[in-house]
Formats: sequence, C-alpha cells, structure tokens
Amino acid sequence: MNLNKSLVVVGGGPAGLAAAIAAKENGINDVIILERGSCLGGILNQCIHSGFGLHAFGEELTGPEYAGRYEEKAEKLKVDYLTDTMVLSVSHDKTVIAVSKEKGLLIIKAEAVVLATGCRERTRGAINIPGTRPAGVFTAGTAQYYINMIGNHVGKKAVILGSGDIGLIMARRLMLEGAKVEMVLELLPYSNGLGRNIAQCLEDFDIPLMLSHTVIGVSGKERLEGVTIAKVDDRLLPIPGTEQFIECDTLLLSVGLIPENEIATGAGVELSPITGGAVVNENLETNIEGVFACGNALHVHDLVDYVSDEAARAGKSAAAYLNGDKKESSQYKTIITKNGVRYCVPQKIGTLTPEIPLFFRVATPSQGSTILIYADGNVVYKKREAYLTPSEMQMVKLSDETCKKLNEAKEITVELNTK
Amino acid sequence: MNEKMMTCIVCPRGCRMKVTFEGDKMLSCTGNFCKRGADYARAEIAFPVRVLTSTVTINSYEVPRLPVKTSAPIPKDKLFEAMEKLKTLKVSVPVKHSDIIFSDFISKGVNLISCRSVNS
Repeated sequence: MNLNKSLVVVGGGPAGLAAAIAAKENGINDVIILERGSCLGGILNQCIHSGFGLHAFGEELTGPEYAGRYEEKAEKLKVDYLTDTMVLSVSHDKTVIAVSKEKGLLIIKAEAVVLATGCRERTRGAINIPGTRPAGVFTAGTAQYYINMIGNHVGKKAVILGSGDIGLIMARRLMLEGAKVEMVLELLPYSNGLGRNIAQCLEDFDIPLMLSHTVIGVSGKERLEGVTIAKVDDRLLPIPGTEQFIECDTLLLSVGLIPENEIATGAGVELSPITGGAVVNENLETNIEGVFACGNALHVHDLVDYVSDEAARAGKSAAAYLNGDKKESSQYKTIITKNGVRYCVPQKIGTLTPEIPLFFRVATPSQGSTILIYADGNVVYKKREAYLTPSEMQMVKLSDETCKKLNEAKEITVELNTK
Repeated sequence: MNEKMMTCIVCPRGCRMKVTFEGDKMLSCTGNFCKRGADYARAEIAFPVRVLTSTVTINSYEVPRLPVKTSAPIPKDKLFEAMEKLKTLKVSVPVKHSDIIFSDFISKGVNLISCRSVNS
C-alpha cells in the first residue's frame, strides 16, 4: 500500500504519543503513529509500579495509567495509528517502509518523521559474563514482561546484577510474586537507582545491596544453578580471592539501556557516541532536515515526564517545519561539555529560547558542585547543586537574557566546578 | 530517644532525612525538602504503609493480566497477605481504568482499582 503523510511518528510509546499529539495540536492533521507492539503505550504497559506523572500530572500514576492519559488524548484528537506495524526503514528522503499482518507492505512518503523508537536493554553478551548458557538468565525488562504482562514466574531464587531503577523495581516485584531475591549486585561503588527505590524495593524486603560487586561466572546445564560473584577494585576488575558461589535459579541483568537507532542509522542520521542517540539541534531536529528524534531513542531518560515533555517539543518542531514557519538558523554551535559533564542534549544550538531546556548528565557523583555555562569564556549561568549523580539527568532552563548571550556567543561550554 | 536515617519515598527527589523518635512517636525530622517528607517519616515510625501495585487475571483476548493498584496505601506488613488475595481474583471484561475491582481491599476504605481499560 502506498500512502502520503505529512508526519510519520515511528513508535507509539510515551514519546511517540506525545509527539503525535503535539503535532496535531499545532495544526498537522495528517499524522500517523506506527507501533510494532499490539497496543500503544510502549514499555509503560509493563511498568505496573507507580512513580510516573509527578511532574506532568502532579500525581503519582502507574505506567499503564500514565500511558492511558496520553492514549485518551490521542483518541480525542483522532490521531491516526497502526499497531502491530513494524517500521523496517526510513530513507534519507523520508520514505517510510513498514510491514503489518493486516496491511501488508506499507510505503509511506512522509514530509517529516519523528523517531520515537525508545531504547533496549544491554544483555549478558554486552557485558561478557563467562560460563555456561542455561535458562534463567534474563534482562530485567524481559522478566518484567513475563511477570507483569503474561503472568509467568521467572524463577524462585534470584540474583540481580545492576542497581539501576529497573533492577530495584524488579527485586521488589520478584519478592512480592513469591520468589526470593538473594542480593542485588552493583559494579560501581554507588547505586544508580533512586534513593526512594533503594528504600522501598530493597530495604523494605531486607534485600542486601552489594556495591563494588559483579557476576564473574554462570553455572548450570539446563537451568541456572548458581552464579559466582566477586568484589571489584577501583578499576572495576574482580579481586582474586573474593569469589563466592551463590546458589540461584535466576539471574536478572539490569545493566543499562541503549537507544535503539537502527532506523535512524539507515536514514543517515548522525549519532552521538556518548548518548547513542541522534545529534540534534534545539528543535530536536537531526542532521537530516525534517527528521526529528525524542525520548529514549534520543538519550535515555530517568523520568517519563521529561520524555513526554521533550517529545511534545519534537512534535511541535515537526509541525513548525511542516507549516514552514521554522526560522532558518544560519549556523549551529556545538555545545562543548567538559570537566565532569558527560553530554548535553541538544548537542548543537542555533537560537536558544527560555522554553528549551538543556539536558545533561554528570560523569561521577559529587556533592556541592557548581554547574557552569559559559558564553565565549564568560559565566552566564551558575548553580550550586547539593548532590549530583550520573543517574539523575539534569535539566537547566535559561532566562531570556542568558539565552541571548548564548545566541550571540561563538562558543558555548557546560562544565562542573567540583571545588 | 532513638535516631534513624530515612530516605523519603514520596517523590523521586528521595530526601535523606534524620529522624528522632520515642516509641512510635516522631520527635523531629530534618533533611526533608517539603512537608510531605516529615509526614512520611511520622507515618513510617508509627505505622508504615505502602501502595501495592500488581496484576490480576482477566478473561480478555487483548491481555492476560490486568494491572491494578490500591487506591491508598495499605499496612506494609500486609503486602504479602494482599498478594495472596490477588491470586483469588478474576476480572471480567470490559473494564475501565479507575474501576473498582474490589472494595475494602485489606484495609477498610481502600479499594483495589484497575490501572487500564480493557474492552474485549
């Protein structure tokens, strides 16, 4: 089937929904969301715990409830969507090729595309855990899908590697579902999860959190029989003599998320080696005109509220592009990040306005550091933070005056002063 | 007087709070950014409660499990009892989000509510 569309949104999770809604609200009627899953909402459907929506709605919602709010809004605005539809490629000229059981092959000529493809989990292969290959080794998100969506148990006695929020949430889930979680291991000397999740997911159930520990071996033929763990040194290498065998039938890996960008790559979108997502300007537009990126496909967020907010800006930018009222930025400046600032999104800016937040992450945890933004070497923004950690994305919104200074500058730098 | 460090679970900020208490009565709370932190600490000392989220069986073509939550926090020491009770529940379609699945669930006045709409 051949179609022409003003805007194709790839992905119907929180980012895709918010982007499509915003585009529609900004006058683009001919929008379609293509979602590979059987329903809209993406990963939120399996995130049955609460903690979503505190910023966006001022109340604490579960994942399905948060998704439901956006689905209802999309329905009200009559946003067109196809589920069970897999986008195979987006070409440089914005031709979207997709397949679905119902519609067969779809070739959609789009005028603009929003990439909202989300992210995927790092697996055992990504971190090279040696040993046998028995059943019982899951990524935390896969286990979450089995338990919350299908209603299957994954095991009786589990070890979890990785203390990010997904690992912590799954520790509680397994305990509630009747399994025993022996311990949560964390390679780093600090947890990347939220303090509240350590409190309500681990401490509530007396699950030990072993910092500076990792899994160095997997044993078992058919089913996992146990893992060998070890303490690591400050170079994160296992310390000989600290090995311990922990009997378990389940190992959950919560070892990081990677933006999913095969489609973006195929279209020729430039990716950042640090975020794994597209390099974008302040309109969330990639190096290809009319192709926008948002959500976890752009950079992994910690809060879905920020995803929705960012995606809405991508949808709005796409609408502005389609309406032809996008101001042409003559030149883009790359934001330089250094001294403890790992990255900044957007990576380049033409004209910054106060509505556009800068998102960034720090490299290591620190207390009492100052975030500094320079325009041509002069400090234009300064904020002391009691506590900064790599797991918490920082958001900075700048005043009219600061934006003006940055827009006039030739060089913009974001850094941390840890003194 | 006892002293305890506590992480507030009310919002993602997760304030680290120093709480002093006598028996089940809170005497002081410091380190909290907002009032909700002190309220949480007071409750945590006297009578800890948690919102429970889980899933129940549903006779649907669309999804095998229906996500549910308690409309208000229930006693922390009754979480496992609540999970057992969830296993006995079966929901029939159609169900809308915020529908009451079970009234007076574990605690009086607390309802078990649906987190999702399922039509068929």
